[in-house]
Amino acid sequence: MNQRPAMDLSGLPTFGHGPRSPTWWGTLGFMALEGTGFALAAGAYLYLATLWPNWRLSAPQPNHWPGTIVTLLLIASLVPNHILNGYAKQCAIGPVRIGMVVMSLLGIAPLVVRWFEFPALNIYWDTNAYGSMLWVLLGLHTTHLITDVGDTIVLTVLMFTHHGYSGRRFGDVGDNVFYWDFVVLTWIPIYLLIYWLPRWG
Amino acid sequence: MSSADITSERDLPPESEASAKGDVAPERDGPRDTGLDDASLHRWLARTWRTPPGIIGALSSVDHKVIARRYLITAFLFLCLGGLNAVVMRIQLSGPRRGLIGPDLYNQLFTMHGVTMMFLFAVPIVQATGIYLVPLMVGTRNIAFPRLNAFSYWVYVSGGLFAWVSFALSMAPDVGWFAYVPLSGPEYAPGKRADVWAQMITYTEVSSLAVAVATIVTVFKHRAPGMSLDKIPLYVWALLVTSFVVVFAMPAVMVTSTFLILDRLVGTHIFNPAEGGDALLFQHLFWFFGHPEVYIIFLPATGMVSAIIPAFARRPMFGHLGLVLSLIAVGFLSFGLWVHHMFATGLPKLGASFFTASSMMIAIPNGVQIFCWLATLWDSRPVIRTPLLFVFGFFFIFVIGGLTGVMLASVPLDLQVHDTYFVVAHFHYVLIGGSVFPLLGAAYFWFPKITGRMMSERLGRWHFWLAMVGFNAAFFPMHIVGLWGMPRRVYTYPAELGWGNINFFISAGAVLFFLSFVLFAFNLVHSALRGAPAGDNLWDAGTLEWATSSPPPSYNFARIPIVTNVEPLWAEREALPVATGLRVDVRELVVSTVAEAHPDIREKSATPSIWPLLAAIAVGGTFLYSIFTPWAIVWGAAPIAITLIGWFWPKGDPEDEE
Repeated sequence: MNQRPAMDLSGLPTFGHGPRSPTWWGTLGFMALEGTGFALAAGAYLYLATLWPNWRLSAPQPNHWPGTIVTLLLIASLVPNHILNGYAKQCAIGPVRIGMVVMSLLGIAPLVVRWFEFPALNIYWDTNAYGSMLWVLLGLHTTHLITDVGDTIVLTVLMFTHHGYSGRRFGDVGDNVFYWDFVVLTWIPIYLLIYWLPRWG
Repeated sequence: MSSADITSERDLPPESEASAKGDVAPERDGPRDTGLDDASLHRWLARTWRTPPGIIGALSSVDHKVIARRYLITAFLFLCLGGLNAVVMRIQLSGPRRGLIGPDLYNQLFTMHGVTMMFLFAVPIVQATGIYLVPLMVGTRNIAFPRLNAFSYWVYVSGGLFAWVSFALSMAPDVGWFAYVPLSGPEYAPGKRADVWAQMITYTEVSSLAVAVATIVTVFKHRAPGMSLDKIPLYVWALLVTSFVVVFAMPAVMVTSTFLILDRLVGTHIFNPAEGGDALLFQHLFWFFGHPEVYIIFLPATGMVSAIIPAFARRPMFGHLGLVLSLIAVGFLSFGLWVHHMFATGLPKLGASFFTASSMMIAIPNGVQIFCWLATLWDSRPVIRTPLLFVFGFFFIFVIGGLTGVMLASVPLDLQVHDTYFVVAHFHYVLIGGSVFPLLGAAYFWFPKITGRMMSERLGRWHFWLAMVGFNAAFFPMHIVGLWGMPRRVYTYPAELGWGNINFFISAGAVLFFLSFVLFAFNLVHSALRGAPAGDNLWDAGTLEWATSSPPPSYNFARIPIVTNVEPLWAEREALPVATGLRVDVRELVVSTVAEAHPDIREKSATPSIWPLLAAIAVGGTFLYSIFTPWAIVWGAAPIAITLIGWFWPKGDPEDEE
């Protein structure tokens, strides 16, 4: 088919941050599907909780302290996370490197406390369905946490190589910030479901 | 809107602010396409975008057309296998008390038939058609996240192999395609068969979720300049809505199958009523996916119909906006119907009434679509060719399936015919009529684009009539035998019930229907080898995939087209406006804004890589191992992590660095 040039794209930039970048939308897509998975697991838990009048099924209350510490750590990590985002937008390699190291450490810290969360549930997964659902919810979020921390550490190492001086890499840092927000956000309802619903209910 | 509007000042963003400052290595500029003559442009682009030669090269391919072709061929092979399942079952049922196969094998056969058709044929093939066509229709050079797309194919193949190797070992699932607990739970399904079902689901859903995300981002961010939301082709809209339905529905079945395997493998009690779980929870979770699944299969087919009709009616589609809104409405409503699969479980009456109402409501947007298609054809002189014949077949069969659907939405009737052949007839009318017939029409319509050769029109007409007669002969009498009370999933029946003759007739129809596919397969192979050359736009259709050669080159378009109309090729008959200024020595394409499709970024598309295959092997191995021990997840984590790092670690290509 015949063609006639009608537009010149040579002046366009080669990368963009946030919603300008396809990767941001891809990240959002994965958040949507993972969020649906979380919502359905939470829905299954609530379904069973409303089905049985004596929910908790005579199990002891979970000890909420390890979970509460994780929650506080996660919320606190949002501040450096967003400072890092600002530097990523400016493509400033020095502060981004420091920020990535900080965020890696702030990812590992809740994982360490998480180790103590499982015994603090005071029930095993095979005791009854209440125990099963607690382990499923905590297990889901732990998988989420481990994958994102692993991803953050790899990206941190990458930023210390010569590959770090690239607009695309700074965009990756921005997406990593975005995803960490999601990891923190999904934890809040799960925290309430695991530790506080059995107390209220 | 004319192409001049698009090039006006306001459309181009201010000179790149980001690339100018910060610690970013300067872009190593390369040759641009501006002013290049056609021959040199082709040479440059062909070298930049080619799939490398050799076996490793082929396994590393990230070209959406190559991946889509593999998907299409694989899904067609699974269709043949699932069809053979059905033929064997029909021979067994062709008379009372036939001893060809026993109940155990029969259970595996109908489960494998359902699982194969739903998870290994229907969903992958509609997504594969999208993988091929969506990037072409939106005027870009590759799908978004090409390596993720390649990964999805390898995961899909490993899931299919897993299921069928299990079948060969007599280890195939035998609990029906929806594998209800407690039948599939630890108590009633010892052995590994139900685990095979659960993990096979995980493979295929990972694969289709990946494709859905890639499709959504392709449509949102890779549209050609000027293709604002109102100029997106209906087929692309259909795939976009479908992908959203996948994103929100497929996690439900992954949650279901994961819960099931946890109950079976590590002793959780999620579905065990004796320990505070609930068996109906399984059905809720499964059908929260299962009903949208029907629309995941059906919506792309409506997109195909909306692409075929304007080409043969020789006019733009009547009610474009109405069709788009119907697609979106169906997408939303599909999530409000799942309980109508559970009317026989004794749910509260009010709930059942709600789902009756919503089940009837979805007939409204679907009706709008049908009327728009009919109106388009009414106001035209249609050119009747094989693709359009299949569209007519679709109208006829799908409307019957829709009518029995409205009947089944009413609770008293549903209770009466629950689990009978009436239901089997209904969903085959909906699925084959609603999806397979449009798909066959689409095969005749786009085959020339994919291969550069025509399919035989004469064989096509034979195929259509054989399929039409065979299908109705096989499935219409099932309504009747279902009303007589014949239950589904029985491996035989006694002669005294008097179902022998009608079942013999059904089996004869099934064989005829199968033969129509043999004819189709012959036509495909023969035409691919010997068909007449097709030319770029043999149907004189209006969407962008017809603007490039048949088959399209690796880079799809020598220059990115500019879109001025919903049927851009009809609006710009003399010369297609195109954009220039992209680099030709690296894989560069245009990223545009979501609503208006203003060009925004020149982005690099990923280069071929073997890592998606290795990652799929690591993921597949982990899933396979996990039916034997939960520790598989721990041991599998290391190879998965290594292959993913290998995948994402930059290798020094300009595509990775800039």
